[in-house]
Amino acid sequence: MLELRGVTKRFGGVVATEDVTLTVKSGEIHALIGPNGAGKTTLIGQISGALFPDSGEIAFQDKPITRLRQHERVARGLARSYQITSIFRRFSVLDNLALAVQARSGSSFSFWRPVAAERALADEARAIAADINLAEKCDVPAGSLSHGDQRALEVGLALATNPKLVLLDEPMAGMGPEESQRMIALIQRIRARVTVLLVEHDMDAVFRLADRISVLVNGRLVATDVPQQIKMNAEVRKAYLGDELAA
Amino acid sequence: MSTILLLEQTLNGVQFGLMLFLLAAGLTLVFGIMDMINLAHGSLYMIGAYLMASIAGVTGSFWVALPLALVATALVGVALEVTILRRLYERDHMTQVLATFALILIANEVVRLIWGSQPIMLNGPAGLAGPVELPGGIQYASYRLAIIGVGLLVAVLLYLLVTKTRVGMLVRAGASNREMAVAMGVDIRRLFTAVFAIGAALCGLAGAMLGPILAVQVGMGENILILAFVVIVIGGIGSIRGAFVGALLVGLVDTMGRALLPLFFATLFPPMVASNLGPSLSAILIYVLMATVLFFRPQGLFPARG
Amino acid sequence: MKAALALLAAACVFPLAMHGLDQHFYIGFGARVLIYAMAAASLNLVLGYGGMVSFGHAAFFGAGAYVTGILAAEGLRSAWIAWPAAVAVAALAALVIGAISLRTRGVYFIMITLAFAQMMYYVFVSLKAYGGDDGLSLPGRSTLGFGLELKNPLTWYYVVLVLVVASLYLLHRIVHSRFGRVIQAIRENETRAEAIGYPVYRYKLACFVVSGAIAGLAGALIANQSSYVGPGLLHWVQSGTLMIMVILGGVGRFWGGPIGALVLLTLEETISGSDWLGPYALHWQLPVGVILLAIVLYAPQGIAGAIRKRRHA
Repeated sequence: MLELRGVTKRFGGVVATEDVTLTVKSGEIHALIGPNGAGKTTLIGQISGALFPDSGEIAFQDKPITRLRQHERVARGLARSYQITSIFRRFSVLDNLALAVQARSGSSFSFWRPVAAERALADEARAIAADINLAEKCDVPAGSLSHGDQRALEVGLALATNPKLVLLDEPMAGMGPEESQRMIALIQRIRARVTVLLVEHDMDAVFRLADRISVLVNGRLVATDVPQQIKMNAEVRKAYLGDELAA
Repeated sequence: MSTILLLEQTLNGVQFGLMLFLLAAGLTLVFGIMDMINLAHGSLYMIGAYLMASIAGVTGSFWVALPLALVATALVGVALEVTILRRLYERDHMTQVLATFALILIANEVVRLIWGSQPIMLNGPAGLAGPVELPGGIQYASYRLAIIGVGLLVAVLLYLLVTKTRVGMLVRAGASNREMAVAMGVDIRRLFTAVFAIGAALCGLAGAMLGPILAVQVGMGENILILAFVVIVIGGIGSIRGAFVGALLVGLVDTMGRALLPLFFATLFPPMVASNLGPSLSAILIYVLMATVLFFRPQGLFPARG
Repeated sequence: MKAALALLAAACVFPLAMHGLDQHFYIGFGARVLIYAMAAASLNLVLGYGGMVSFGHAAFFGAGAYVTGILAAEGLRSAWIAWPAAVAVAALAALVIGAISLRTRGVYFIMITLAFAQMMYYVFVSLKAYGGDDGLSLPGRSTLGFGLELKNPLTWYYVVLVLVVASLYLLHRIVHSRFGRVIQAIRENETRAEAIGYPVYRYKLACFVVSGAIAGLAGALIANQSSYVGPGLLHWVQSGTLMIMVILGGVGRFWGGPIGALVLLTLEETISGSDWLGPYALHWQLPVGVILLAIVLYAPQGIAGAIRKRRHA
């Protein structure tokens, strides 16, 4: 579903991603792991369209998207959630989600009809809110939610665009154990209808969820394989996992 | 188009540009380090001119009054910074625009209350009233030459201050990354006040020196403020070097444009068209310059920020 | 809603009261307040709702005024031609200026909008045929037909009132429409808006154009108000004044523009016209500046915000 070929990005003298070639198969949960500074967020940025690679190509569903703008990729079914929560703080939870639904439901160059009257948008938004366990908090301003709930909304916003592939950038960032379990359950629920590329540090979550894992170290892809193989891969252990998994 | 005219306009352009640099330097530092848009910067220029006129009137001497006027303007600047402007550092740009715009209104009225609504006289130094003969036989106003001299001197001093002194190093660090500078233990408040005082003194100098040439009147600040902003946008926010280059560019383009474009159009178009087209096009020339620079270098020519 | 109706009722009754009290000057004053309310409300759309700090709004206001003035000078005095022309020219100017400016961000955007406004100012100042620096006097107000003489202060006031109410209603619909929601989302979090599928630039540009168009209509009205247009209408200080009105009234709050216009113009009128201040009355800008500064520092939500807080407290 998603193909990267030789994707390279430099910032000044620093190479953030170097010659990354990677494939995400339709229907899988593909995890992307690596030490801090490995280039994971830069890679996600290039896939989502926030940045353009210096060289290399990116194809989504067999069509090239390397130079497409963000909103065009979203229209094709490629959505992203952010590592640092980026929601519409003064909007209610419902309005946040309805906004994303609205983007794909006809033209928003509509100046006269009150948007509050559009039941269809609100209903769909409510359904997504239920999906992310925020059904009772629909009218709460997003900025007032707890951290865990904000992270859930963060993912929910991406889901509300009805994507075929969703890029989750550290969805569990800053979460306690209970919240993390809920997020893991959420990702397991959505895998039925959306392919997932998951960037995470939480190894427990990664090994429970991932069908395949890719490891990025210093901007280069060092391995792509099923979790069991990754655990035993000497180079990966040396570069990244260290003693944690040996235990 | 004679060479004499060309040379004279070039010198005028340099002279104007150097004075613009004085304003732009303070403005770009304040913007670069404190991230604050200060529309009242032009008011400090106006206050400098008025103070100079009064002090020169009292002391009877231009050169005695000049340093006094500088210090007085710097004090006004410090007073403003400590009481009002310091509260704006944390606010968003729009708030800063509004607040400093309010300061412009207040400053204009206070000046009117003290000095009246009519423009006042500020005479240049008696010794520099006449023209000087330059190589090539051209006569040029000696006062304007003096302005160029003072402008260049200040530019060199500023350059030394910023690159060779400790304060200058702090200023440069603050301009490129304020959070880092704070994290490294720099006493931000004192630094800000000092930067502001320097900026105010520069404004005062520009106002005092340009006073004899341009009119000293209420509202003189607003006209030159826009030019100063154009300069720092072209030069790159936070960069003194950018302010220097930008100011010279703007000074030259504006002066030469105003002088030469109408003549140029007169040769091409009938007089009616030329007399309308010339002034309006030359007035917008610097904005076209700004737009062009921004198109190729959206951060200006020498952006200080990383 | 009730407050709005009360305001409308007051606005309808006001000129009749002034007429009865033989204070005809205030009928004209009321019309002026209404016109600036429209201009400020149009700025509030880009500034408060769209989050775009445009310092060049005077360009559209002044352009609308000058179009009306120039057409009148050339003999075209029908409101049915001049006023839509003013709107069209202002909208076109907004399209061009917006298309270029909106490619920039932050302070650069502020600067570029300012620069464009100054450019227009210089262009109009240089038009010696139409008054240049001194401005242009119109032969009289626009002609409306239907036996309505805009020269009559009462007629003029009510025509203005109808247009202002219509434009405020339009703005209300826009703010609560799909478009309005997207624009506010863009103001709130532009990156995320793009990331959930909105081509942000297009929306901002559309907002800019609508706002400019309404400002153009206000400009056409202001030209008629005093039967005079001057380049000062395009000066950046005028942009600043409009911004002051919006901030004073409450930026991003629906009634911010109108309230700000009312308060600022009333302040100006009271202070500059007061007898007991004597010669100091000329310096009305001083207390205005002080009040503005105080509001910016201590009550950033403006007057509308303060009223809201009181109600909910």
